Amino acid sequence: MPGTMQYVVWLIGALLEAAVVVCAIKRSAFRRYFFLNLYMASEVVASAIRFEILQHYGFTSPNYAYFYFYSDALLTILLFLVLSSLYSEVFRELNAERYIQMGSVVLFAGTALFSFAVVEQSSAKLLSHFVYEISQNLYFVGLVLTYILWAAILKLRETRTRLIQLVLSLGVYFSLYAANYALRNLYPSAEALFTVLNPLIGCFLPFAWAYAFWKLPEEARLAPAGLAVSHR
Amino acid sequence: MTAAFILVCSVGFLLMFFVSYCRSLLATSSSVALTQEVRDVTGITSAVAPDDFSRVIQLLQLCPDRPEERGRIRTVSAYYRFLGLIRSTTAAAAPSLKSWADRERAQCGYFAAVVLGQRIAFSRDLLAQQMLP
Repeated sequence: MPGTMQYVVWLIGALLEAAVVVCAIKRSAFRRYFFLNLYMASEVVASAIRFEILQHYGFTSPNYAYFYFYSDALLTILLFLVLSSLYSEVFRELNAERYIQMGSVVLFAGTALFSFAVVEQSSAKLLSHFVYEISQNLYFVGLVLTYILWAAILKLRETRTRLIQLVLSLGVYFSLYAANYALRNLYPSAEALFTVLNPLIGCFLPFAWAYAFWKLPEEARLAPAGLAVSHR
Repeated sequence: MTAAFILVCSVGFLLMFFVSYCRSLLATSSSVALTQEVRDVTGITSAVAPDDFSRVIQLLQLCPDRPEERGRIRTVSAYYRFLGLIRSTTAAAAPSLKSWADRERAQCGYFAAVVLGQRIAFSRDLLAQQMLP
């Protein structure tokens, strides 16, 4: 069973996720970033159901494990929709939304097939390993897509501070999760440590997004060229 | 093999996104001018020096805390420590990296000074509210 500290981190994460939706509504940004808010609201609901299952069946039960990984996979798919909507926001003036949506579907389906193929060759417990493998691969594909979006922001000289911070924090989040899942795959014996890290990483994204909605007005602008990593 | 590749790439991307994210936090304060009061308190006369950050943070801790600033300050503090690490390790081999790290550390100091100014103004407002009958 998780300890008090883990419950506290879990609760903080859920509160931060709810705070994102509240901040977005307060700042009249709910509709503009609909998928982002839908994702955060779904995270809160998933946390509540996970807690309920944990109380009923216990931490080591297959019920909890299955619900955790399947809900995680579904939330990751939703996160892809968030990423797709951020692409649409950046490329809005170029009228490229349809191509972006098609590209997202193709990439997602491709990742799922690749993960399935990898698991099919190597594992007896097909379904559970599939969910595990797909999470790692989806986070990595999400990370690469976020990097491409960041490159597009720099190229198109997008100046909206809030949008820039939403994308950058998503990049940090995807990197942390992809690294965490990769470490889990490389060192299965240390899984307990990486399981503890998961909710801590999970707190970063809602915190950064709540900050972006609460503190940064939609009109705030900055020069993205000054943010690129360059030491010249 | 795939997991190792993903791990290496993720760490690289993480560093890039973390630096850019922290710079976006610093950029929001770069357009704010330092008040004379902050300059007097911190002893910053012209430009902020790379090592000023720690001193300004100590001054910040003397002012009443504002919960909404905590996360931002922690993130920038982590960035400052990361820059210190770069400066004391890899920068020895690349002088341009050292001067870049120093410029960034000075930006962190400027950010802290701006937050200090906001906290002083906040404390003054708080005091004024308490003085009201």
